[in-house]
Amino acid sequence: MTGYKVLVVEDSPTMRQLIVFALKRIRGFQIVEANDGVDGLKKLSAEKFDLILTDINMPIMDGLKLVSMVRNDPNYKETPIIVITTEGATEDRERALALGANEYITKPIQTMKILETVKKLMSV
Amino acid sequence: MSHHDEENDAAGRADEFLQVFKKGAEFTQDLLKENERLRFRVVKLEETLKDKGHEIVADGPEALELKKKILELEQEKEEILGQIKVVEEENQNFANRYVEIEEENNMLANLYIASYQLHSTLDFKEVLKIIQEIVINLIGAEEFGVLLLDEKTNLLEPVASEGIETSAMPSISVGSGIIGESVGSGENYFIESMQGYERDLHKPIVCIPLKIKEHVIGVIAIYKLFEQKDEFTNVDYELFTLLAGHAATAVFSSRMYSDSERKLSTIQGFIDLLTK
Repeated sequence: MTGYKVLVVEDSPTMRQLIVFALKRIRGFQIVEANDGVDGLKKLSAEKFDLILTDINMPIMDGLKLVSMVRNDPNYKETPIIVITTEGATEDRERALALGANEYITKPIQTMKILETVKKLMSV
Repeated sequence: MSHHDEENDAAGRADEFLQVFKKGAEFTQDLLKENERLRFRVVKLEETLKDKGHEIVADGPEALELKKKILELEQEKEEILGQIKVVEEENQNFANRYVEIEEENNMLANLYIASYQLHSTLDFKEVLKIIQEIVINLIGAEEFGVLLLDEKTNLLEPVASEGIETSAMPSISVGSGIIGESVGSGENYFIESMQGYERDLHKPIVCIPLKIKEHVIGVIAIYKLFEQKDEFTNVDYELFTLLAGHAATAVFSSRMYSDSERKLSTIQGFIDLLTK
């Protein structure tokens, strides 16, 4: 058992289910879901997470704002963040990475790519 | 085929693949053992040669016998090396098949989630929203519309869209143009080449008729994919067909449910008026 806690921040329930379903294939991951950036921040302050996966385009607070706020929190300076988004432009990728995201994956969802990235970042 | 059957089928293929892989591993083990045995024989023969070196005459019968054995061993070695190469190629094929099966499993898992979400509600608007989420997140479409068939007028009316205003989308007669023909025939339509394509609301790049068996109730017309998605994969084609069926039944049942709810509330209103 790895015992890692993972937060999935995504406003689309379908997409969230797809990501959660994929992550459940890695044994020992405890997955918590959040509907948007604000909900994500609430959950991040309530307990410590080892990995964050977030969408960019979300209501209330978008993923980039979330990445930036997470990186300013001393508890999450080193926590891996994966951005999963429809935005495929190079400048969007660069912006997310500059704000502190570790990996940037574009939609349509590619389960294998997500799993490979998570395994690489978490060394599992 | 139901999801359960598809999952069983995938699991069956995974088992079959594992069995073949195990056999390959056992065969490789046997070859390695054989190789080890032959190496041992060569060493023994070399020792024998060394011990008897002074007694062996260069062209004598013993020397000839040893040369023959060496030749045989060389041939066996070549055969083993050839077999190892074949096994390595087979292993590569197994690895490729493993990746293919993984992809198929992922596709089935995605489809399971998609259909589960589609059938998780009887709210018509929510069903349309889920269809949009699936087309965006699983297919990778940036601009598309969902049109439903009005059986009274035989017109396809736009009910939802992404990247285009729904009100800007045209109503289309069944049988007319690419969208109408696709609905008329019930066949998926894919543009031959996306090179140089410019958006025309009557000429989408993909049309997926929403079908319940042979009964078409609407269509998904795609006009633009994400820039990172430049072509369709085989998985996409399977996804389109399977999704069209699930989306169609979800739309049909939710629409029937909201119609019946509306009728019920009207009847209830009348009853209330009459009884008060």
